[in-house]
Amino acid sequence: MRILGGVQLGLALLGGAAVCEPAPEAAKSYGPAQSEVRLTVRGTTDIARFEPVLEKFLAHSDGARIEYEQWGSNDLYLATDADCRSGYAAADLVISSSIDQQVKLANDGCAASYRSDETTGLPAVSNWRDEVFGITWEPAVIVYNRNMIGDALAPRSRFDLIDLLRPDDSAFRGRVATYDIEVSGLGYLFAFADSQQATTFGRLIEAFGRSGAVATCCSAAIIDGVASGDYLIAYNVLGSYALARADENPDIVVVAPDDYTLVLARAALIPRHAATPELAGEFIDFLLSAPGRSALRSANLIVDISEGVHAAMRLPENPEVSLRPIPLSVALLVGLDQHKRREFVSRWRAAFPKE
Amino acid sequence: MTDPAVRSRIAGSLRFRLAAGIILVLAIGGVAVAYAAFTYGRDAAQQSFDRLLVGAANQIAGALRLRDGEVVVDIPISAFELLSLAPRDRVVYGVFGDDGTLITGYDILSPPDGDGIFFTDSFAGETARFVRVTRQFSERSFLGSVDVIIGQTTEARRELAQQITRNTLIAVAAIGVGMSALAALAVQSALSPLQRIERDIAARSSKDLTPVDVNVPQEISSLVHALNRFIARIERQLHVMRTLIADASHQLRTPIAALRAQAELAAEETDQEKTLKIVGRIHERSRNLSRLTDQLLSHALIIHRADTVDLEAVDLRTVAAEAVDQTDQSMPDVDRSIRLALPEAPVMCDGDRLSLAEACKNLINNSLKHGKSPVTVFVLEQGGHARIGVRDGGTGFPEPMWQTAGSRFAKDAGVSAKGAGLGLAIVNAVSEAHGGQMRIARPSETAFEVFLELPLLPEDAA
Repeated sequence: MRILGGVQLGLALLGGAAVCEPAPEAAKSYGPAQSEVRLTVRGTTDIARFEPVLEKFLAHSDGARIEYEQWGSNDLYLATDADCRSGYAAADLVISSSIDQQVKLANDGCAASYRSDETTGLPAVSNWRDEVFGITWEPAVIVYNRNMIGDALAPRSRFDLIDLLRPDDSAFRGRVATYDIEVSGLGYLFAFADSQQATTFGRLIEAFGRSGAVATCCSAAIIDGVASGDYLIAYNVLGSYALARADENPDIVVVAPDDYTLVLARAALIPRHAATPELAGEFIDFLLSAPGRSALRSANLIVDISEGVHAAMRLPENPEVSLRPIPLSVALLVGLDQHKRREFVSRWRAAFPKE
Repeated sequence: MTDPAVRSRIAGSLRFRLAAGIILVLAIGGVAVAYAAFTYGRDAAQQSFDRLLVGAANQIAGALRLRDGEVVVDIPISAFELLSLAPRDRVVYGVFGDDGTLITGYDILSPPDGDGIFFTDSFAGETARFVRVTRQFSERSFLGSVDVIIGQTTEARRELAQQITRNTLIAVAAIGVGMSALAALAVQSALSPLQRIERDIAARSSKDLTPVDVNVPQEISSLVHALNRFIARIERQLHVMRTLIADASHQLRTPIAALRAQAELAAEETDQEKTLKIVGRIHERSRNLSRLTDQLLSHALIIHRADTVDLEAVDLRTVAAEAVDQTDQSMPDVDRSIRLALPEAPVMCDGDRLSLAEACKNLINNSLKHGKSPVTVFVLEQGGHARIGVRDGGTGFPEPMWQTAGSRFAKDAGVSAKGAGLGLAIVNAVSEAHGGQMRIARPSETAFEVFLELPLLPEDAA
């Protein structure tokens, strides 16, 4: 068998968008500047959100310095994949919400194996090959503005949402927003997972299409729209972002749908050629330990349902059944397949025509 | 009887040999089973996961569609869920068109040469097992085949194979231990008759020469028989020795005392004539004594030979001739004419020529001394038996004594002046040693016969 070079599969993920040199969106350093021990962490999480977690880790370790780079998920995937091929890894730890891409990196041999008491304690859905670890717990939620819709009217499930969108004179026409799955890797991941969960997905897409729902980029923009009243409902938003916004704006209500709620665990992996894999391992252990989890909880990256649910959060009636973590497994590769993605996007695009 | 200095040579231990044999058999069996388990485990794991691989590839191949002359691959999620039953294994896949171009999947793959369904290669630095499923399209818009290739690393296979092998080996080891224990019991039980024999012999008194009477299995019964034959031989030889000593002490004491008395008389006698008379008596007594000694020794010798000398084919006519030839010709007061009555054909017996001749001589001497002329040595075949013996013209000894004639000193008178009475005992002993018997007959008023009746040697063996 010939082994060819190339990154065709990776490039396909950009959906034909122009390719630039992948680069971080922002970067910040923590810890003593002179420190010999450096850990470079690349993540899709906003610096501001992740900062308390990094600082808490530094407080536990002696004298380490952390370079945190905030990346877009596709760029992060491409950069990590390129590092894997070049034999030099710029990052020691990669944490991405695009868990399908993370699994693909591990599948293609780009991740180093790491085992500790903390990682072996993880459930099977949150640990693939001892290479990819799910570190957060973030539900995909429906968000609405209490000022705009009464709680009685607010949808508690996808069925409610479909019903709200059905009437031709529905007040929700053109005022429901969700991710543009061609732009947002996370939006694609959630939409693709939706399509596997239930037959509701077809009807939901159809309802979105008929009611002129808006597909747009980024969690922040969507939730801003809900806060400002431009959008009445946001669908499939990452719960952690929604709750963070609810901390500031008490009108924001976060609903974990009753029928089912997807739960995303941001995935961390140590690149194969990482310079300081031991320190990266220590950081993973910290994230999985009680202090780390508490820091993640404070940053709303772990949405705790067992003790003290967030005031803005509406849990499903039957959390054990409804909350469905997306498992880390090779099945995630299917969504990344060129043809599969093309087919899925074209089906989705039929409901959300490009303007 | 036991001398600590005499030790039997110890050539290994039966227990050790049996144990070594059993261990060898178990070890060879264990290695064979281990190899079989390893092979079986490997094949079983290979087959199981190959089926998953084929199943996944078939699902993908089944989901291939044509649209506007293009192949569209809509991979079912269930295909990969099937593959994720090997939870830690990497997956690589590709769908290739007729000309080998990649339709979707990993571009590092390319269709292999040949038509094999399964092949092995590496992916991401690990060994991976690949399957190729080909789907033919015969549509107006597309005519040709599409290859679906899926590869999966082999961690789960190895684990399953190891698990099967390990479980099998544990079972085999347990069985092996059980079998060893049973084998130890079996060896113990098989060797126990030897210990019984040992205990039986060790518990005997030093004078006990009776046969070993222990229940033993067939395999060592021949050993016990040989042992018993050996004991019997020792017993017979001891008996001969005792008899000889007893006879000698009993039979020789009187004549020697008499001889000494005569010699003392002669020493004190001054008269020349009387002295000569005494010397004559001394001479006669010493000759009797000499014959007695001969007979005692020859009786002992015959019985000894019966145990020790191998029998051979002997022509009784030769024996008769030898006996006549060797008969003491210097015996006084007897008619020296001895006739020979021999058949024309050889009369063959399995026998010891020396013993038979000795027996024959004794019969001749008896007839010469006690019987009347004519003394005839005869050999003949009768009723499937061979006979060798002596006939004389006298009446012989009375019939009531015939029964006991074969025992030693049957004439109860100890040693007579002329004979020691051992002659017939020797004849009897020789007969028995040859598997025959001594017979006495009086065919007519003027004929008396004593002969040995012996089994004839079959002609073909002669």
